[in-house]
Amino acid sequence: MSEDKKEIDEVSGVDTTGHEWDGIKELNNPMPRWWVYTFIVCVIWGFAYQFYYPSWPLINDFYHGAGGETQREKVHAELAVIAQERNQYAQRMATMDIAAIRNDSSLSIYAREGGEAAFGDNCAPCHGTGAAGFVGYPNLNDDEWIWGGSLDEIQTTINYGIRGVHEDTRLNDMPAFLRDELLERQEIDDLTTYVEGLTDSSIRSTSATQELFIDNCSTCHGEDGKGIREFGAPDLTDAISLYVTDRDSIVDIISYSRGGVMPSWNGRLDEATIKSLAIYVHTLGGGE
Amino acid sequence: MTFQNDPPVVSRLTQSLTASCLALGIIFAILIAAKTSSGAMQFHAFIIIAAFLAGIIAIFNLGGRINDDNAKASPSGVYYNNTIVKYGVIASAFWGIAGFLVGDILAWQLAFPVLNFDLPWTNFGRLRPLHTSAVIFAFGGNVLIATSFYVVQRTCKARLAGEIAPWFIFWGYQLFIVLAATGYLLGVTQSKEYAEPEWYVDLWLTIVWVTYLFVFLGTLWRRREPHIYVANWFYLAFIVTVAMLHLVNNATVPISFVEPKSYTIFAGVQDALTQWWYAHNAVGFFLTAGFLAIMYYFVPKRAERPIYSYRLSIVHFWSLIFLYIWAGPHHLHYTALPDWAQTLGMTFSVMLWMPSWGGMINGLMTLSGAWDKLRTDPVLKMLVVSVAFYGMSTFEGPLMSIKAVNGLSHYTDWTVGHVHSGALGWVAYVSFGALYCLTPWLWDRKGLYSLKLVNMHFWISTVGILLYICAMWVSGIMQGLMWRAYTELGFLEYSFVETVAAMQPYYIIRAVGGLLFIAGSLVMIYNLWRTILGHSANEATPENIDNAIAAQALGE
Amino acid sequence: MKFKHAIFEKNSIILLVGILLMVSVGGLVEIVPLFYLENTIEKVDGMRPYTPLELAGRNIYIREGCYNCHSQMIRSTRDEVERYGHYSLAAESMYDHPFLWGSKRNGPDLARVGNKYSDEWHREHMIKPSSVVPETIMPGYPFLAESDLQFSQIDKDIKVNQMIGVPYTDDQVLNAVADLKAQLDEDSDDYDAFIERYPSAQVRDFDGNPSEITELDALIAYLQMLGTLVDFSIYNENENNR
Ligand code: HEC
Ligand code: HEC
Ligand code: HEC
Ligand code: HEM
Ligand code: HEM
Ligand SMILES: [Ca+2]
Ligand SMILES: [Ca+2]
Ligand SMILES: [Cu+2]
Repeated sequence: MSEDKKEIDEVSGVDTTGHEWDGIKELNNPMPRWWVYTFIVCVIWGFAYQFYYPSWPLINDFYHGAGGETQREKVHAELAVIAQERNQYAQRMATMDIAAIRNDSSLSIYAREGGEAAFGDNCAPCHGTGAAGFVGYPNLNDDEWIWGGSLDEIQTTINYGIRGVHEDTRLNDMPAFLRDELLERQEIDDLTTYVEGLTDSSIRSTSATQELFIDNCSTCHGEDGKGIREFGAPDLTDAISLYVTDRDSIVDIISYSRGGVMPSWNGRLDEATIKSLAIYVHTLGGGE
Repeated sequence: MTFQNDPPVVSRLTQSLTASCLALGIIFAILIAAKTSSGAMQFHAFIIIAAFLAGIIAIFNLGGRINDDNAKASPSGVYYNNTIVKYGVIASAFWGIAGFLVGDILAWQLAFPVLNFDLPWTNFGRLRPLHTSAVIFAFGGNVLIATSFYVVQRTCKARLAGEIAPWFIFWGYQLFIVLAATGYLLGVTQSKEYAEPEWYVDLWLTIVWVTYLFVFLGTLWRRREPHIYVANWFYLAFIVTVAMLHLVNNATVPISFVEPKSYTIFAGVQDALTQWWYAHNAVGFFLTAGFLAIMYYFVPKRAERPIYSYRLSIVHFWSLIFLYIWAGPHHLHYTALPDWAQTLGMTFSVMLWMPSWGGMINGLMTLSGAWDKLRTDPVLKMLVVSVAFYGMSTFEGPLMSIKAVNGLSHYTDWTVGHVHSGALGWVAYVSFGALYCLTPWLWDRKGLYSLKLVNMHFWISTVGILLYICAMWVSGIMQGLMWRAYTELGFLEYSFVETVAAMQPYYIIRAVGGLLFIAGSLVMIYNLWRTILGHSANEATPENIDNAIAAQALGE
Repeated sequence: MKFKHAIFEKNSIILLVGILLMVSVGGLVEIVPLFYLENTIEKVDGMRPYTPLELAGRNIYIREGCYNCHSQMIRSTRDEVERYGHYSLAAESMYDHPFLWGSKRNGPDLARVGNKYSDEWHREHMIKPSSVVPETIMPGYPFLAESDLQFSQIDKDIKVNQMIGVPYTDDQVLNAVADLKAQLDEDSDDYDAFIERYPSAQVRDFDGNPSEITELDALIAYLQMLGTLVDFSIYNENENNR
């Protein structure tokens, strides 16, 4: 079955190799020219590229390439250029007071846009894409502020967080009145009615319950229940609430407290971004 | 070279030896079942016990059946082992449908996450490896084993080596699939893509695979043709390279011999490159070399034309297997893998372009002089289109290996589109072509039940593939561009979830494409089933091509 | 073609050896140097092995297949650095057996998700992702909060990691079970010893249910430490360009 079996294929006029397997023969066509040339070009290109860039591993090091540049160098350079471009803004933002930034027309546009960009990937998971919040995560569009809605206060909140890991974090924990055995179940039930009454005038409580509220709650929420900003204790008299959805949720909060955490962004985001975020949040609708 | 023309026999000795090994395995499995703290491993031990018991019974049964005097030789005097191939054809079709179905479930889950049902065994994270393993290893693997057993016998004019061994390979491989698949659902996984099975399942696969290598080689040793046919070069490269990849990438230390959990011995960046060296070459040797072998037999056979160029076969075979191995780092562009390795991965991928296309050219040009057959033979059409898809995905692959392009495509659906143009267009289509050829040949039928149904399958599935890959190109490129879109002032324009939300329409289109693909496959199953039953739709096709080829296959 | 290709076609062993030689080269040249070239892994401060609880959480991450949707590898490109933070270093996964860099981002990169959100957010998000991110396509994992963590054999896990090169001390192996519990309770007697063994580890109950040790405890402990170890303020970028 060697050369002697060679024959000419009738259809193509090309000779076969003389082998046959289960009826399959092979033609002795040459490799297509374009195929060979393209292959060679690819190989030449490949080695040229390897010559220019870091490529072959050696004994103690690798070949660094005639062009020498690594991807890390490239991205450092690229980021440096951007930092440079941003510097005209960023440097001023770093030194300027946040209110002044806000009043500077070009800077404030820049800050709002930067804030919006950072908000999407960092804040939206908690506060929602439209910053309208969820149960447990405050709405940032409205006029109600737990810790304050001025530029400075917002900046502080973002910088250090609330019950976050930063040492300057805003901190205040409502006691868990049932778990820590500060109040009886019945008392909590009464207080719940009282809290409901703060937003719904048709619900009335006894004066004993009011007493109970003043004794236990007013240090933070104020005697009128309107909340105290320094303590981050929310206003209980308006329709906006962080956790309250129904009666049970009120019982729950008084019994066990919640202590929602807002992370500190200082360190993770740079100063200019945090200022931008504060300005962005401030302009969402409820800034003070 | 040993010729074997005598009827096959199974000796008592091999029967007893194999059965004893299985019995020993049962004892191990009982010990493990008793000692393990893992419910999953205990379940696996029970499966193994049941399978091995069935195996012991089958071994003695098989001996009886093979040794009876009715064994039939082919006209050329060879007692081909056709039964094993029949089993392989059925298993391929079965796992194919299963794998496609899971794929389409995934596709719907990405469009409508409620379909995860928030249960452990139905969520996307556990089902995705089930899909990839089911289509690649269960469907693809069975097609490869079945066709290789068929092709190596015919092109060597020799009976498959071993009597029990091929059955051990077949059933051992099914056991591997069942262990792997149930493992994923129960959360037993190594997390290395395409190598997810845990250490004991890997070990079992190693035993099966080494047997496979020896049976394949053994058949080559028995051959009555002086030369080894090019399809067998590819099969051999596939079998031994996959063995090498599997052994290295799965090197792992279990926390105990009775617990499923193990820790890969490599860490971090070394582990990453080992993994992608493995996975890229799983593509190169499982999904490419193996299926090229199928192409090299079934295309010339079906077209009844000689292979286009012997020299091209040689050059593209050696350059393909040499260059493929280097390309793994293209899965790790811009990562913490050192640049030097990325450069090698990228350049070798581009050099790999022409060696890959060598297979396409040899396949397509084999049709020169027979192009008219495409009009009458939808099976050949399917085979040819598969080669075209192969050409397309091996053009796209080198393109995506270029760092600048990969910067955009990596992590996105573009990769998924690339995968499925290769997987659906090439791997699945060439497999369907082979199944359509094999069924009438093996069951000794005059032809397929219906060529019209083949044509219908072809068109439904092709529309499905096009919907799938076009949707993925759009969503992939869109997502890649959105990730790096900047506002005029140089801020990122979109948040991550905005890109997620933007992709839903394309996910729905993809899922519909998947449904069409499955529908086409069901048409195939029906057609094959009726063929096996010996039915014929009595179509007035000009010449029933199958008749001619079937006659030839049986009569040689 | 008259060069003797026939030799490969006529002898299956020669063919086999030829194939084996051809397919060995690429892997050897690319993979082996990663083990001996010293500049492969950057010099950094702060890396430590996983605590037993974090390791258990990592195993749940693997078990549930989170890596199918989430990468843990921030590429060195401008947009990724701006979105996710400093690009990932090889050093950051040097104790990862196996690595979990991922290959598909159906969800965002998690390489630096540690300390980005609160435990409570993770809790809600893992139980029902759409409750906090309505647009999400991530499945819910409510069963994690209800499943007790199996950790009686965690010392074996640590031991095996030690065997394959993670620098755990014998002390850490011996105290693995105690350390796992200690990380969940600031008031436990083992607190000091634990912190000494794993400086910078975060200690608290992670799943909001101090009375039980659940799989969610472990998973959140793992998520909350991702990307927090390396001290980038003293990391020298220019020494590690490679
Ligand atoms: C892990 C979830 C989470 C993330 C992420 C988050 N926050 Fe918050 N945020 C909260 C919670 C919870 C509160 C309310 C805490 C409290 O007062 O009980 C809060 C409160 C605030 C407040 C104070 C509201 C008030 O009424 O005083 C501002 C302002 C704020 N967040 C802005 C942001 C910005 C800007 C970002 C992104 C950089 C952000 N948050 C990211 C959870 C989060
Ligand atoms: C030590 C300060 C403090 C005391 C005392 C206190 N609270 Fe609070 N309370 C807070 C803080 C801070 C919050 C904000 C929610 C949080 O924990 O994140 C809050 C939230 C609430 C809320 C939910 C408001 C919303 O917007 O959803 C209710 C209702 C409430 N407190 C009722 C009470 C009642 C009733 C008492 C007395 C029994 C009480 N609180 C005592 C600090 C306090
Ligand atoms: C089907 C894909 C999918 C799977 C599986 C999945 N996720 Fe997600 N994941 C997402 C998507 C999409 C998001 C972005 C929207 C969101 O925050 O829910 C996300 C977001 C997250 C985030 C917030 C990241 C950030 O920076 O905002 C964390 C943490 C997370 N996933 C953890 C996990 C863990 C742990 C698992 C496995 C137990 C998991 N995911 C499985 C798709 C998935
Ligand atoms: C009906 C047909 C199919 C459908 C609907 C389908 C669907 C899917 C889906 C939805 C994914 C996950 C993509 C993601 O994570 O974003 C996927 C992944 C994958 N599928 Fe399929 N698939 C099908 C057939 C196949 C076939 C036949 C093969 C192989 C022979 C295959 C191989 C793969 C591979 C390798 C991946 C992983 C891709 C990656 O990691 O990038 N699929 N498929
Ligand atoms: C010359 C040939 C090819 C080259 C150079 C190539 C290159 C690539 C590249 C660059 C990627 C993307 C890696 C990433 O960014 O993550 C990829 C992914 C992939 N390719 Fe190809 N490809 C080729 C042919 C094929 C073929 C024929 C198939 C057959 C099905 C295939 C299957 C896959 C799979 C399954 C993946 C996904 C891996 C993963 O991320 O899980 N490739 N390929
Ligand atoms: Ca494995
Ligand atoms: Ca707990
Ligand atoms: Cu690849």
